[in-house]
Amino acid sequence: MQVHGQTGQPHVVELTGEIDVYTSPKVKDVITELIDSGHYNLVVNLEKVRYIDSTGLGVLIGGLKRVREHGGSVNLVCTNPQIRKIFDITGLVKIFGIFDDEATASRAMA
Amino acid sequence: MIDSHTFAAGRMDCVELRIPARAEWVAVARLAVSAIANRLAFSFEEIEDLKLALSEACANCIQHAGAEGEGIDITFEVLSDAVRIAVRDRVGQGQSAACALPVASQMRDERTEGVGMYIIQSLMDVVEYKVDGRAGTELVMTKRVRA
Repeated sequence: MQVHGQTGQPHVVELTGEIDVYTSPKVKDVITELIDSGHYNLVVNLEKVRYIDSTGLGVLIGGLKRVREHGGSVNLVCTNPQIRKIFDITGLVKIFGIFDDEATASRAMA
Repeated sequence: MIDSHTFAAGRMDCVELRIPARAEWVAVARLAVSAIANRLAFSFEEIEDLKLALSEACANCIQHAGAEGEGIDITFEVLSDAVRIAVRDRVGQGQSAACALPVASQMRDERTEGVGMYIIQSLMDVVEYKVDGRAGTELVMTKRVRA
């Protein structure tokens, strides 16, 4: 998991591997720490994620809910059709902005 | 409507797996179902569906049955054209049968109650849920190979 960002720009959280009931708490800790330190515009890059389940979705939803309270947003980067499919069947494509690359996801927040 | 008995004809192999009801073991169940599904003519996408459905079922056991240390029993019935997976915990009313989309309800908090079951229902052909107060709860789900 990698986090990088610059002042005035969205922070990027790059997730890797499998986001499931075991690993989701670690992702939640990272996102919570970012929000607690005042970063309300986040880009979560899922390009290196091989797998995500409903607990992972729950962490993203929780993060989105918190940043929205501060006028922020969470955009996702995802081109993997298997990962996109999970957002499609759960209807979360209507809640998250999902983009093909980090630059586009960041620009969409400007 | 596909009835689970549709798949009863022909040879059936059975594989049994028991994992501890702890989050770190769910990946083992995913590996097992991937290996088993590879023996049939499932597509890559279908195998990913099976991995996700089984993971959701195991996560449901862990989150709702609780009972650290109690095992999750997984039985794979491998047919020529389908796989039927039974996931059992040992807690009556353990697994939740709640099934819901996250869109409206989940925006209030990050709980994913019902989303896992919704995903399972979306990915599998047949899903049955059985509660036995003494023996525990059982989710049986079937996916067939597409022609």
